[in-house]
Amino acid sequence: MTNATPFVQIRNLKMHFPVTEGVVIQRTVAQVKAVDGVSFEIPKGETLGLVGESGCGKTTIGRCILQLETATEGEILFEGIDLTQLSQKELVPTRAKIQVIFQDPYSSLNPRMKIGNMLDEPMRVHGIITDKVKRKERVRELLSICGLDPRFSDSYPHEMSGGQRQRVGIARALALNPEFIICDEAVSALDVSIQAQVINLLEDLREQFNLTYLFIAHDLSVVRHISNRVAVMYLGKLVELAEGNELFDNPSHPYTRALLDAVPIPDPQAEAERAHSVIQGEIPSPINPPSGCVFHPRCPLAVDSCRNEIPEFRQTRTGHWVACSQI
Amino acid sequence: MATLLQVRNLTTQFFTSSGTVRAVDNVTFHVDEGETVAVVGESGCGKSVSALSILRLVPWPPGKIVGGSINFMGQNLLEMGDKDIRRVRGREISMVFQEPMTSLNPVLSIGLQLTETMQHHLGLSPAQALKRAAELLEMVGISEPKRRLAQFPHHLSGGMRQRVMIAVALSCEPKLIIADEPTTALDVTIQAQILELMKDLTKRLGVALVVITHNLGVVARYADRVNVMYAGKIIEMGSAQQIYHQPHHPYTLGLLASVPRMDQPRGTRLIPIDGQPPDLTRLDGGCAFRPRCRFAVDRCAQEFPPLENIDSGHVSACWRVKEINELKNAS
Repeated sequence: MTNATPFVQIRNLKMHFPVTEGVVIQRTVAQVKAVDGVSFEIPKGETLGLVGESGCGKTTIGRCILQLETATEGEILFEGIDLTQLSQKELVPTRAKIQVIFQDPYSSLNPRMKIGNMLDEPMRVHGIITDKVKRKERVRELLSICGLDPRFSDSYPHEMSGGQRQRVGIARALALNPEFIICDEAVSALDVSIQAQVINLLEDLREQFNLTYLFIAHDLSVVRHISNRVAVMYLGKLVELAEGNELFDNPSHPYTRALLDAVPIPDPQAEAERAHSVIQGEIPSPINPPSGCVFHPRCPLAVDSCRNEIPEFRQTRTGHWVACSQI
Repeated sequence: MATLLQVRNLTTQFFTSSGTVRAVDNVTFHVDEGETVAVVGESGCGKSVSALSILRLVPWPPGKIVGGSINFMGQNLLEMGDKDIRRVRGREISMVFQEPMTSLNPVLSIGLQLTETMQHHLGLSPAQALKRAAELLEMVGISEPKRRLAQFPHHLSGGMRQRVMIAVALSCEPKLIIADEPTTALDVTIQAQILELMKDLTKRLGVALVVITHNLGVVARYADRVNVMYAGKIIEMGSAQQIYHQPHHPYTLGLLASVPRMDQPRGTRLIPIDGQPPDLTRLDGGCAFRPRCRFAVDRCAQEFPPLENIDSGHVSACWRVKEINELKNAS
């Protein structure tokens, strides 16, 4: 982490949503701390996996980076420029370099637009290719890069299957020659055989265009497969961050261990031999998170001090960060 | 062990404006007393429809069971009158659905939803039913069961709602529970809790379980036997060991190779199944997997292969089933 300007750097990011009451006169009665003090870096060409259960804030981080949410606090540095400080106009050239692939291939494509227009529009808006004929050429190229027949440019989304639509979503993300792509549950909605096709495509594109990914997902086996480094989130905070092998072979945080234990392996023999320690309890509400370490009510290692003291996110081994006082 | 449920040549079709969808096509399988059978396959392969067909819950129009028999404890469910099948639903065979958010009635209290079936089927008085409802909630691991009875579904989290659904399913001590993607909507740690609970309770109470899922990991952990479905047909069937360690159908082989596994080295490239699942309105007489199959031969286009015996209880529907091991090693 000595590199002068890291490619993407998030510093102490906080995103608090107000909970309001009252119809005419609204007053804020509470805060949902969706993201609460998260910091990480992504070097160029790397894939950082971001895992956690629903409501832990992983999608909100993605939306903050894309400037779809105005962060409450903290810095989002892209090639050294703090995106939170830019005006809408200043943001445009940078924003073209950051793209997103959404989870649901059904709702993320406009049902009334032809695939070709969908891919054409961003290039026209950003003035990447001004010539109409060349743009059309590029649309066909994008489709074939993503493993689709170029003839699909005259089709509507309803004429395609889920896997094909997701490929359109990927082609659209690639249209502006981005450097950084946020994949928000990009393969979660797909069937396993199609999921493997899309994962392989994402890996090939990363290689081919030197892309950097923030891969947000809840499926640990997919994240493990595609990521260089992995960050684990729980209730708005990072609990562990390490290089892939290190995290999956030596998980330190009790939450990470519980998550890994909960993932079933598709092999009955391996499953029978494995210990299944199921963690009890449910995820608390982010409106009223537990004091001290947010994981302490479910934690098997918790001691008295965990109730009051917020554990520091510290480095236990080179590149292995953990937020737990008992490790 | 005695056979509890025997499904023979079940065929369910949907008559839509774009043609007849052959959702379940000539499916035969059985469930023994107390065992867990998993039905795996991808969306649209007919796994849910085959389960709904057992309880005759396929909505008409457009869906209709057009053939076959379903024998359950000596009776053919398909020949029963409406009144009689209602005595089976929830009493002898109960269901747990995927969406705990939508399968409970939002305007009825948990207590009412739990006691309704027991009063109807078991003839319990409201007081007796409430007492048993509290016991059931405790059994499925819900704290303060008495207080929960007065609460409504929106007071509960997704995991708790699914526990309530399991309590409802168990309330009349059925012989068989059909669980349709019971944990798909839940987070992994909650999924593990619910699956452990279902496994524990079905073993303890001797209830047979049919789990419908697309998650191969869940199947490996919980199922005794597995039916693999593709395009409305069972294409391979066997014990969990046989399916995972000696898969014989190219589709099963493909499925297992396409999921990233936690116990394998990172960075091994996935081997996807090429192409798309077929349109169920446009099936010909041949094997539906043929366009995506690496080992397809001419014969696959002409005739659908019968389920061929491989080992005791292990069958596969592939013309090249005898040579599959050599083909697998060669590619």
